Amino acid sequence: MSTTLSKIEKRTAYTLLLPAVCLVFAIILFPIFANVWISFKEVGLKDIRIPEPRAKKIVKNIQDNNSELKIIYKLRNSSLIQDIREVRFSDRLPKNVEPVNLDKRCEFKSPKVKCFFGNWEAGYRENFEIFVKDKNNDTINSKDIKSNKINLNGKSNNILLTTDFTLKNFKNVFMNNNFFELFMTTFYFTFFGTLGAILLGIFAAQLVNQKFYGRTFMRSILLFPYVGPVVALAYTWTLLLDPNSGTINSLLVNYGVIEKPINLLGQKYLIFNILGFELKLRLALTTVIFFEIWRYFPLAFLFILARLQAIPRDLYEAADVDGAGPFRKFFYITLPQITAILSILFMIRFIWNFNKFEDIFLLTGGASGTLTLPISVYQQGFAISNIGMGSAVSIVIVLLLITFMIIYFRLIGKKANEI
Amino acid sequence: MKFKSLTITLFASSIFLTINICIWKILATLQGVSFTNLNFNLNLSLSLGLTLIFILIGKRFNHILKIFLLSLSFTIIYTFLNESSPLWFSAGIFLLILFFTNKLKKYDFKYLNQDFISEKIVFEFLSLFAIIFFALVILFPFYIMFVTSFKTQTALLINPLDLSIDFSKNIFEIFKSYFVIFKTYDFGRYILTSSYVSIGTVLITLLFAIPAAYAVARLNFFGKTFLSTSILIIYMFPAIVLVIPLYTVFSQLGLRNSVEGLLIVYTATTLPVAIYMLQGYFKSIPKEIEEAGLIDGQNWFGIIIKIIIPLSLPAIASVSLYVFMIAWNEFLFSLMFLDNPKTFTLSRAINHLTGDAETPRQYLMAGSVVVTLPILLIFIYFEKYLVSGLTAGSVKG
Repeated sequence: MSTTLSKIEKRTAYTLLLPAVCLVFAIILFPIFANVWISFKEVGLKDIRIPEPRAKKIVKNIQDNNSELKIIYKLRNSSLIQDIREVRFSDRLPKNVEPVNLDKRCEFKSPKVKCFFGNWEAGYRENFEIFVKDKNNDTINSKDIKSNKINLNGKSNNILLTTDFTLKNFKNVFMNNNFFELFMTTFYFTFFGTLGAILLGIFAAQLVNQKFYGRTFMRSILLFPYVGPVVALAYTWTLLLDPNSGTINSLLVNYGVIEKPINLLGQKYLIFNILGFELKLRLALTTVIFFEIWRYFPLAFLFILARLQAIPRDLYEAADVDGAGPFRKFFYITLPQITAILSILFMIRFIWNFNKFEDIFLLTGGASGTLTLPISVYQQGFAISNIGMGSAVSIVIVLLLITFMIIYFRLIGKKANEI
Repeated sequence: MKFKSLTITLFASSIFLTINICIWKILATLQGVSFTNLNFNLNLSLSLGLTLIFILIGKRFNHILKIFLLSLSFTIIYTFLNESSPLWFSAGIFLLILFFTNKLKKYDFKYLNQDFISEKIVFEFLSLFAIIFFALVILFPFYIMFVTSFKTQTALLINPLDLSIDFSKNIFEIFKSYFVIFKTYDFGRYILTSSYVSIGTVLITLLFAIPAAYAVARLNFFGKTFLSTSILIIYMFPAIVLVIPLYTVFSQLGLRNSVEGLLIVYTATTLPVAIYMLQGYFKSIPKEIEEAGLIDGQNWFGIIIKIIIPLSLPAIASVSLYVFMIAWNEFLFSLMFLDNPKTFTLSRAINHLTGDAETPRQYLMAGSVVVTLPILLIFIYFEKYLVSGLTAGSVKG
């Protein structure tokens, strides 16, 4: 009895899970495997389109009474780079209409004309003609002929399904001198973005955890940067930071802080002289990092605030009795209580910032020293149109990601489950 | 002791006040008032004097009378020493000082004599400063976005700092950018597409996620632990590694440039977190209620529809709002999959606007307001639900 019950339970569970699992498998897991496949191939954006035989039908009358017609089929291979094999064609003719002097490649089996065209090389074109005649010399309605759909098909190699592989993409990714720089840029962006967001989050959470007038309002607006659409926010910041008549530059120039507008998003380096040392700051990268911090500190804030509110009050009351000031309370009570959540937050945000695409793409498009790995996927795949290279870069990303995850689960995986 | 706390108070409070005056001045500059000097040092010494006088007077006066007189005299001296300014600016300064001196109410020599007071004072001013700082840093871009959308191209070119809205013009002139983006750039259609995609994503996600979450939460089956851990791991995989394969497959299947393709992708990417959030909530529902349902002869379908869903409406609301937000704000997939303006979502449409360098910035900002406003209003109205959704879902973002 119990076995049948558990069997039913199992079957129910699988039925309930099946749709979700299938969808996730098709859209998330399959692409990850497909990436591996594509990354070992030389595929460009133009190769993706499968070549198709195409035809356009034109009907012309050659006699006044319309009892004989000429049908012209404009045939072509849609691809300019790939052949199509074994092209077959068929079209239906109206009743009592039959072809005259039919092409050798074709045969007529009433009411269908069937043709076998063989191979079409890349860019193939042909104007194929059929003369038709009504058996009873009646008028043929040319609309009848036009409305019939042509059936045309052929075989072609789908470059994605062939089995020739190459290591060229990975070679290009790693042997390219830029890879180290690419990785370091991604790392700077991720590390400082995450760190800054968490620090700002701690400040904000500490602030909102106090009682003051307008606290709920403050809590709402602190989440605005995260809730707002990235497109709108990124373009607003681009406008604010614009060197020509952007608000921030205009303000700085107006108050004499700087002489000339600074192109915060378009200048790669800012060079300082401190004590005779020349310091180079990656300016555009720093600006992008600040945007990242601005946009994602609300999340850190939300997490830390939730943790702060769970800290028992009596700890602080005891500290008050001992005469500890607010700073001591923070360093000796609050900070030890939130380290667990901070480390989890750091790891999770680190992984996510590492893969951040939209923010940099919208702000700089990867120019002026802000090219990170995810942007590189886009550039390789869609700007340079080398899908294989793009895939190879995303495989590198996945591998790095798995490494981070292993570190994450080793270090704090157990803690994560407790919270 | 007294001396130390006094100096700290003087400096902390006057720096705080001066920074506030500077912020007010900058905001006034953005209304077209032509200031060119912040006079930081001058105003700092003025503020120092004000705080000192305030503490020296102490509680010997009626508080309200005291702050009123002090604010008035400070404002007069300030206006006299600084650049000429319109009346409303001075009025703002007056209100600022009034607020500031009111905050200082408890400060006198007696208060400064307490133990450990210096640290408390620094902390208090830091908190006040932090409130101003966060409010400014967050709201400023939103403010600029909003105000720029009401300007005209020429006005912005003549004086980029004058962002005041000219109310003497008629309504049509003021809202011109909005009329233009709806008429010329077809934003009405994009709003419809975006809403359709977002709401569709929410519905399909719920349809798939509720049964799956119920199975994970309640039923025993082979591979359950594996499934629940893989949900989280799958969720960590970023969209950027899915883009190329999905692009190629969708191109070959003809799903690019279609709302359906977008719906499928959005649903799949939000499913793991939806399942994760819902199963956590389902687990907290007492099992006895379902057992009662079982005895009444309900099958799993009946249990989910009649017991689980009505009991977990708050969680479903959280998930729905979170998924809606993700779908509404999503950019990467809409950038990759949509090139035909007929199928654009709002985000993609705004990105398309910037593709033409000639597009005036006020149209861009009007578009940004159109895409931002709905989601912010939803957030404000349903804050409680969305916040719990964010907390649960914020492993992603």
